[in-house]
Amino acid sequence: MQRVGSGKQGSILDKSLSRGKSEVNFSTFALLFAEMIRYANNRSNTVSDLQDKLLGYGKFVGSRLLDVIVLREKGYRRETKLLNMLMFVKGTIWKNLFNKEADKLERSNDDPCQYLLIEKEPIVNTYISVPKDKGNLNCASFIAGIIEAVLEASNFPCKVSAHWHDGTTYIIQFEKLVIARENALLELTR
Amino acid sequence: MSKQTKFPMGIDSKKISGELFTLTYGALVAELLRDLESPLAVNRQLDKMGYNIGLRLADDLLAKNSQIQRCTDMHQVADVLAKVALRSYLGENVLESVTAQVSNWNARNDEFSLVLESNPLAEFVEVPSELAQDLRYSQILCGAIRGALEMMHMEVQTFIVQEQSQSVEIRVKFIRILQESVPPGDD
Repeated sequence: MQRVGSGKQGSILDKSLSRGKSEVNFSTFALLFAEMIRYANNRSNTVSDLQDKLLGYGKFVGSRLLDVIVLREKGYRRETKLLNMLMFVKGTIWKNLFNKEADKLERSNDDPCQYLLIEKEPIVNTYISVPKDKGNLNCASFIAGIIEAVLEASNFPCKVSAHWHDGTTYIIQFEKLVIARENALLELTR
Repeated sequence: MSKQTKFPMGIDSKKISGELFTLTYGALVAELLRDLESPLAVNRQLDKMGYNIGLRLADDLLAKNSQIQRCTDMHQVADVLAKVALRSYLGENVLESVTAQVSNWNARNDEFSLVLESNPLAEFVEVPSELAQDLRYSQILCGAIRGALEMMHMEVQTFIVQEQSQSVEIRVKFIRILQESVPPGDD
């Protein structure tokens, strides 16, 4: 019996990359995602455990998506400037995933290492009713994981978390060295 | 899941990127493999999840496709599965639509194969050879078909006959009509 990826078929790398225009029904995704949350919920004790698991799933997706999107949309050129990178996430990545841009990108006033990406209605929260005892659970942690993986793989180490604020806000907390590097880069070009 | 009115604004109301879907499913399978260790246990879990999904998809399908009539034999069931259900839930590629071929009927006409030529679950996917023998990557499809048909009072057996890089063959076998059963609940 021949199985996935067995010898005769050749490796998956021999196939040409699809153009990425395929779409699936939203119901299918929503139900699959709900099953994943249910599974993760059964295996975690606290809300933050669960959010960590969702973040993990998102990172799995994000780290794989980045290469595909950069190759398709940008001819394999990566962004090196922080602002461009953030705009790339807000624009290109979001368009590839959800067919629209994220709503807002803001820089925190108090902390130069903190940026906020705001989305009024993340689709992963559309059908999820959060039980009362898990008040601050936000299934957009999954998307936070995607953002985190994309930024980290592009050498902007950071932590991303999802919060209920103004819809859903993804708080992107960069490591200090990212901001220091960015400032040094600005000095150079001045 | 009852609120059908509130679709997210802006995105083409009922579609989502196929790659996001594929990769999300991949994340699930990878997590299950880490958690459950044995590929056979992963198959079972995927089947269970598919079953839960199928129970709900059946309602969704009938609510949105009022032209589907009551099926009186398995040929009709196979047709609806292949031409409507798989097509609407596994999406239409812009270039080619995902449809399944129905084939290999047995003599009693209660058993058939669904062959999906391009399986959207398996795009980008290469199962490592040490797992390939036991893991049924797309097992969730079997669960979903079984769950959906159970909602229609049909008990069936489903299993994957073979799975190559992009195509998958699912065998569906009719067992019996379920009479007056209480609708199965969650879990």
